[in-house]
Amino acid sequence: MIPPAFDYHAPHTVAEAIALLSSLGDDAKLLAGGHSLLPMMKLRFAQPGTLIDINRIPELRGISEQGGVIRIGAMTSENELIASPLLQAKLPLLVEAALLIADPQVRNRGTIGGDIAHGDPGNDHPAIAMALDATFVLQGPQGERQVKALDFFHGTYMTALAEDEILTAILIAPFAAGTGSAYLKLKRKTGDWATAGAAVVLRMAGGVVSHASIGLTNVAPTALRASDAEAALVGKPLSDASIDAAVHAVRAICDPAEDLRGDVEYKTAMAGEMTRRAIRAAAARCA
Amino acid sequence: MSKKIVSMHLNGKAVEEAVEPRTLLIHFLREKMNLTGAHIGCETSHCGACTVDIDGQSVKACTHLTVQCEGSDVKTVEGLANAGVLHAVQEGFYKEHGLQCGFCTPGMLMRAYRFLQDNPNPTEQEVRVGMSGNLCRCTGYQNIVKAVMHAAAALQQQAVAA
Repeated sequence: MIPPAFDYHAPHTVAEAIALLSSLGDDAKLLAGGHSLLPMMKLRFAQPGTLIDINRIPELRGISEQGGVIRIGAMTSENELIASPLLQAKLPLLVEAALLIADPQVRNRGTIGGDIAHGDPGNDHPAIAMALDATFVLQGPQGERQVKALDFFHGTYMTALAEDEILTAILIAPFAAGTGSAYLKLKRKTGDWATAGAAVVLRMAGGVVSHASIGLTNVAPTALRASDAEAALVGKPLSDASIDAAVHAVRAICDPAEDLRGDVEYKTAMAGEMTRRAIRAAAARCA
Repeated sequence: MSKKIVSMHLNGKAVEEAVEPRTLLIHFLREKMNLTGAHIGCETSHCGACTVDIDGQSVKACTHLTVQCEGSDVKTVEGLANAGVLHAVQEGFYKEHGLQCGFCTPGMLMRAYRFLQDNPNPTEQEVRVGMSGNLCRCTGYQNIVKAVMHAAAALQQQAVAA
């Protein structure tokens, strides 16, 4: 399968890339890792007239901590997330999740920003970003703006990103001491998208849950933040009853599409089960 | 669309060609360079038969544009053996019978080549994870895992001897 013909640019700065996007309009697409876009182009689900390859823009890569915030360049690859000592120490949820994405070769090319900006509910980073209360940095001709992960996803393949904007970085607060987290992803095989996935971040104080955030993968037109499930946990000791209540609340918001991975009932049940297991795993990791 | 000039090092040799931007690396290698080792399997980045090494990383050449290789160092299975002497991963697949039909083998070899540089002393479980981006429909993977372990031991011995 060969993609339809297109023109190709490989700018070296974000400013150049934005100038190209502005002049070419909606006929241009950004090429990040390419492992979603190129297959879609082969199948003619996408036929951009121009690809703007942003792989040669150094300012889009790298992981750093500044002023109590971890900044991850949008073009940081999954394997770079996995190898990062900073993330291993301060945001282990991202490392755990990246290890469950695709396979070793694809993780060399696939990027956190591409995974997010694509707007596919089957991608894992959107739910992770919601559970981590991440902020996305978007740059366009008018400058920079920041959008919360919770406000970014509007529908399948639809996001807050304007046509002339680039997602340049993901900002996340490092975990406070004692935070436990887990990402549970049911998949049929390596490289598969989730049948259902749940990301959980927990903190305990004085025997009760003081913080809970829960993100869900691939059980609705977008990733979901399960606020009612979080509310079912917070302020109480963790118990079978409170976990059951959270699982019930998760199931209530699931709206999955039936496909070869399962029907609506099965996926909804699995979203609940992944949540149950992720809550227990996160709790066990609360120091 | 106009062609672009791409320069790269391919199995150690400087190469410069004009290609359409849409030319996938796998097609460039097979059809322009006559390097038919890397295979076209699924064409959707799942099977790994097209795996090659780009700048020290395993990449699936069916989902990579040739123009993206500008300035890169690309290695294919044809670049593994040295003056007729098989590379340790090739020797391992031969000794441990790590193939049946052989379709997946070039991708398996190139992935094993890179994996063993990233992790020279792997456990069997680490081999399974490290090779998880490559599918084989014949062997059931047992002998592939043995082949990679065999190559790991041979490469360690070579390193000690050197």
